[in-house]
Amino acid sequence: MRAVISVVGKDRTGILAFVATECAKRNINIVDVSQKTLQELFTMIMIVEIPAEKDSSAITELEALGDQQGLKIHVMHEDIFNAMHSI
Amino acid sequence: MRHINADNILETIRMIEEENLDIRTITMGISLLDCADSDIDRSCEKIKAKITSKAKDLVKTAKEIQKEYGIPIINQRITVTPISLLLSASGGDPVKYAKALDEAAKAVGASYIGGYSALVQKGMTEAEKALILSIPRALSETDIVCASVNVGSSKAGINMDAVRLMGQVVRQCAELTKDRNCIACSKLVVFCNAVEDNPFMAGGFHGISEPDCVINTGVSGPGVVRNAIFKAGKNASMNEIAEIIKKTAFKVTRMGQLVGHQASERLNVPFGIVDLSLAPTPAVGDSVAHILEEIGLETCGGPGTTAALAMLNDAVKKGGVMASSSVGGLSGAFIPVSEDAGMIAAAEKGVLSIEKLEAMTCVCSVGLDMVIIPGDTTAETISAIIADEAAIGMVNTKTTACRLIPAIGKKPGDHLVFGGLMGEGPVMNVRQTDASVMVNRGGRIPAPLHSLKN
Repeated sequence: MRAVISVVGKDRTGILAFVATECAKRNINIVDVSQKTLQELFTMIMIVEIPAEKDSSAITELEALGDQQGLKIHVMHEDIFNAMHSI
Repeated sequence: MRHINADNILETIRMIEEENLDIRTITMGISLLDCADSDIDRSCEKIKAKITSKAKDLVKTAKEIQKEYGIPIINQRITVTPISLLLSASGGDPVKYAKALDEAAKAVGASYIGGYSALVQKGMTEAEKALILSIPRALSETDIVCASVNVGSSKAGINMDAVRLMGQVVRQCAELTKDRNCIACSKLVVFCNAVEDNPFMAGGFHGISEPDCVINTGVSGPGVVRNAIFKAGKNASMNEIAEIIKKTAFKVTRMGQLVGHQASERLNVPFGIVDLSLAPTPAVGDSVAHILEEIGLETCGGPGTTAALAMLNDAVKKGGVMASSSVGGLSGAFIPVSEDAGMIAAAEKGVLSIEKLEAMTCVCSVGLDMVIIPGDTTAETISAIIADEAAIGMVNTKTTACRLIPAIGKKPGDHLVFGGLMGEGPVMNVRQTDASVMVNRGGRIPAPLHSLKN
């Protein structure tokens, strides 16, 4: 499925690298990335392609990894954003 | 891929994480007409078989969607054909049906099942009367069955014989469950102009004009609306506020539409409607009363409340209608007292009275919902309150309802605690004047004139 990964947390070195590595391990292809830091706050949005057989396990694992790293990671199906923000 | 910008993504996540945006319910409506049998035990077996086969994947599917889309889906519920119709064919002890529904719904993991119902706005058959009289036993001997009775409509008028009965039934429900916070009353709704596709409980049932099986969804999001109004500041005009509410309702409804469609596809059941209602919960930040206060009232229930609520209710519908292929159910703003932190606070302060709630029900969804009244309120007085509320619905061609809880052994100012989504609340004052002569007249209030509107 096409999904949006959002990562929010305190800025430090290697957040993008960490998330990208974890994606690569799970065969998740990154289609688009945008990130910015506002003062201390790091925000990153990734559009990714998750292999069908890994849908739910990948979501659980990535969100849990975020918790361990002190980051708020959400993985959500892309359609929800399309539905809410476009007519 | 369409372009979605980062701000939109973060907005959605904030709505879910911080503002309690959720899908309140995915409700599967199941017709039981084909389960009717002249033998009540056989009829119950057929009901159990049909519900457990149609709804077997309901909870699992909702969990999958919740996971993939990251949206909490709070309840999975079932509505069925009004049981009075099956009772007409079978006769026997109606409570058997309640137990069959309870068992089947629990087997599939549903949180509530609605449809222990009778539609008697014009008159009652023997079966319908038997079902109504059995409601106190049915609700006290089961856990997740919900009952509803439609006593009036704009086309048929109000059946005062049924209204009289319902006053007694509500009291008996309270008395039979007085050791359990009178919980049976929270599962019983008395309607005027009941709708056939309502996914919300306790008043949901699967109307006879509905297909064999259907998926309806109900969204929620009072916190999202309140926050959007807060951001607009104190100087925005009322039409600007209305515009903000419309936009927010649009987004919330789109989510309901998406989830409903997904559920319908995965379960291979046609999609029915999205119910747009703003449904509060006792959680902090999930209150309709707080929206009204954000619009600019010191306390919900004071002067200005009806006007603010009228605007809110209308704007929610206007925004939501365009977001969904099919809107239905009750669609509006719910004002259940015990389920809304702001309403509870306003009632405790003594600002929100039953009379003001009655006025509010003229302009918004449903009616005197989860209102806790003194335990010594007579059946006749309860009937009279029901008649008043039904009259508002009948004359204004809208749905109104009563879910009254006589708190046995308690007086105004005391507290009744249900817990969970049902919340808690103070016992509200009811004017204890005698309406028994009117209530005991029985008969019908004729349908109102639909022209010469003034």
